[in-house]
Amino acid sequence: MSAVMEGRADGPTLRQRLAARGIDGATLLVLPCVALILGLFIYPFLYGLMLSFEPKDGSLFGNYARFFSEPFLYGTIFKTLRLAFPVTLLNLLIAIPIAFRVRLLRRQRLLTTLLVLPITLGTVLVAEGMLFYFGPQGWFNRSLMAVGLLSTPVSVLNGYWGVFISLVLTGFPFTFLLTLSYVSGIDPSLENAAATLGAGPAARFREVFLPLLVPGLAITFCLSFVQAYSVLPSAVLVGDPANVTRVISIAAYQAAFEEYDYSMASAIAMIMGAVQLLVVVAVLGCRSLFYRGPAAGAKG
Amino acid sequence: MQKSVMSRLWIFAVWAMIGLFLINLMGLIASVLTSSVATRWLGTWLPAGFTTRWYFAAWDEFQLGDVLWVTFQAVGAVVVLSGLLGVPAAYALARREFPAKRFVMLLLLLPLLVPPITYGIPLATVLYKAGLGGTLTGVILANLVPTVPFVVLVMIPFIEQIDPRTEAAARVFGANIFQMFVHVLVPVLMPGVLAALLLVLVRTIGMFELTFLVSGPGSQTLVVALYYAVFASGVRAVQSIDAMAVIYMVTTLVWLIVALRFVNPTQIVGRGKRPAS
Amino acid sequence: MTVGSTTFKQLHLQGVRREFDAFTALKGLDLTVERGEFIALLGPSGCGKTTALNCIAGLLPVSGGRIMLDDRRVDVLRPEERGFGMVFQNYALFPHMTVRKNIGFGLRMRGVPKPELEKRVDAALAAVRLESQAQKLPGQLSGGQQQRVAIARAIVVEPPLVLMDEPLSNLDAKLRLEMRQEIRRIHQSLGSTTIYVTHDQEEALSLADRIVVLRDGAIRQVGTPAELYALPAHLDVADFMGFRNRVDGELVGMEGENALLDIEGTVIRGRMRTAPAGGAAAGKAAVAAIRPDDLEPTGTADGIPVRVEAVEYRGRGFHGVGVTASGTELHFASPHPLERGAAIRLGADAGRVLVFGDAR
Repeated sequence: MSAVMEGRADGPTLRQRLAARGIDGATLLVLPCVALILGLFIYPFLYGLMLSFEPKDGSLFGNYARFFSEPFLYGTIFKTLRLAFPVTLLNLLIAIPIAFRVRLLRRQRLLTTLLVLPITLGTVLVAEGMLFYFGPQGWFNRSLMAVGLLSTPVSVLNGYWGVFISLVLTGFPFTFLLTLSYVSGIDPSLENAAATLGAGPAARFREVFLPLLVPGLAITFCLSFVQAYSVLPSAVLVGDPANVTRVISIAAYQAAFEEYDYSMASAIAMIMGAVQLLVVVAVLGCRSLFYRGPAAGAKG
Repeated sequence: MQKSVMSRLWIFAVWAMIGLFLINLMGLIASVLTSSVATRWLGTWLPAGFTTRWYFAAWDEFQLGDVLWVTFQAVGAVVVLSGLLGVPAAYALARREFPAKRFVMLLLLLPLLVPPITYGIPLATVLYKAGLGGTLTGVILANLVPTVPFVVLVMIPFIEQIDPRTEAAARVFGANIFQMFVHVLVPVLMPGVLAALLLVLVRTIGMFELTFLVSGPGSQTLVVALYYAVFASGVRAVQSIDAMAVIYMVTTLVWLIVALRFVNPTQIVGRGKRPAS
Repeated sequence: MTVGSTTFKQLHLQGVRREFDAFTALKGLDLTVERGEFIALLGPSGCGKTTALNCIAGLLPVSGGRIMLDDRRVDVLRPEERGFGMVFQNYALFPHMTVRKNIGFGLRMRGVPKPELEKRVDAALAAVRLESQAQKLPGQLSGGQQQRVAIARAIVVEPPLVLMDEPLSNLDAKLRLEMRQEIRRIHQSLGSTTIYVTHDQEEALSLADRIVVLRDGAIRQVGTPAELYALPAHLDVADFMGFRNRVDGELVGMEGENALLDIEGTVIRGRMRTAPAGGAAAGKAAVAAIRPDDLEPTGTADGIPVRVEAVEYRGRGFHGVGVTASGTELHFASPHPLERGAAIRLGADAGRVLVFGDAR
């Protein structure tokens, strides 16, 4: 690659000037990658944005007007948030204590691998498994009835809770791993210091760990939220895709591949992106109120 | 030192939570496994008998031979291309300070922060316009969007920890950038590259949304084929769908286990260093 | 709940053991610390000194033995119940709290009322001379300032016992010297009891009232700095106290308190520190330990013959390296320069040579 550079007629002065600003043969290695993102991410995004302003009825904001006037469409935002928010929060709330326990284990590997397993299963397989396991004749209901906790099978499938459980199962590993990496990033001597100064376990968590973790947890929340927010397969397979779990991605998918209205589909995708961005910005905005520095004992 | 009753209770509660999660997860996986080898399973704890015929049935019914071949091609191409594009870019970003660096970093973070469905729909539209929709090429291109930034962000900290004098020495002894890459950097970076690419492999096999939006009848990967099978259940025997699910599970599990031999599990989602912090 | 009070007479370690799986880090430590003492735990890395400190602090449970404060048992208490103050090697300051908050943390945990808390924090800030930095975050302070915050945070609760884990190892040489005096001053002005872990014998010698030398999880010698410096009881301790030259020899006999040792044909005199197994009979192997500063060219026909291998100028004089006929290197001091390759003889005052009969 540097051969190309040297073969050019540019005088050494220009090359040296560029190199002084950090641009040389090696810097150019970033170009193919940037081109790929520009071509396959930014361009389609802008294209979609333009397309969304060219609805079938010809008006500029026709798609957006339609989206926000039809409950069947704008309702999907709330249906999505109603799933994504509690799921992300729950995942975070169970990930924190588990991460704190796993941190203390000397052999974390096996347990971590087991907890991470659902990442490989993917949403589709988890949905398929749930149809069996949580079905009226599935082992879940059978076991609960056998021990006498239930008299008739509970039906979690084909509704809100089906999607909820599926999102917890598939989303937890991700949340857990991120939380674990943040928790293990905190210098353990800080906890020791707090202990020798008289802080009990609860005070150590409240005074030392929590304030240091908040920035990381905010990021974990955002990334996990993105995952839960874009739920598609489980909303269709174990939810009630016509009603309670008609999430925004279903609306977008139907517009694109069932009505073939790409303009409308793009508009929905843009709204989806905007809502998600709002949440991320709001969460990260709160994060800036907290201490954000290295979570290790600061050295001079 | 004695643990108080409260802290004992708390520890028990945490372990109970872990246990509950794992029991349900294992039950779920075992359900699929059991069903895939069941002759008939209706309203009992265990099926009436066991058989392997569903695997043969699934193989024929879903043309799994073709689907696996497509999956193999798509995943292989994505892994190789994201390595070729991502590692040099990561090198440039780790080693050089240049004016647009922050912009490039932001550009690379975006595809990881925006859900695939959101950019998948406009991307699919563009690819269909370009005549690539429904083709294997389209599937590969779409999957590169999240994997290339992933490789870059995982590799940057890895490259940063390598002493820059190694490369300086190579340059002083007369190697050009290309030779330095091949003879010095690649061998040093190999463990990191392998780890990153294994993770790309696992993620691409499981990547449903993008492939789903872009693929056509001849370019479905295993996850998408599985989705359609589950979606249209009732047409085929449940057991053969489950057999297919097991085949899918095995393909990803094998690679996950291989990957975990090389990588600390926190790296799988670590997405490089702390994203955006 | 906390032991809290500063009024204790003695801290006793009774057979304190600590095992990590198959590895025994502490092999039954017995030690009594008087109130107000400054004790240094000295030893190379891996000798168990930090393990010992962590056991006293309660950060590591003991595998056996007891830790008593007078007649109260403390090894069963959790660290937050012991009420000791601890200064960590990396300071372990809370990065999200200001200096003032860091120092006040222990008082807050003890539920000290606000006005008193403020007063005591002010006093502690004054004691470490950091009044002007009170509102800063630790990340904005220099290493020495962070160190002082860590010390203030530990002493503000007026703990019966202050534990310090190599607190100066992250500082540069000049600052280390300054902080050493600071630590000594604070210790004296508060009348606290301090246990100080270090691998630096100079630090231990200058700070401590008594030094405990640890090796392989066991105590080798306990004594005042002067005792240890002049008369190490063990070859390992001598090693630590600057006896760099170790020469193998053979006992020829005794001359009063002094042993006569044959080193490559030359007989030298030295103080017998440890007798060989079965008594100091002639013919037994022994080791002579001599500090380079005490070994000088004799200028006569006495002394160990060496060939000069290297000479370095050291300001006040010269530092030389000589090699004996059998190849043993000897470091020595010389008031005047020497030619490389010159044949000279080296000798030392009998009182400055230590003879160990039980060398491994």
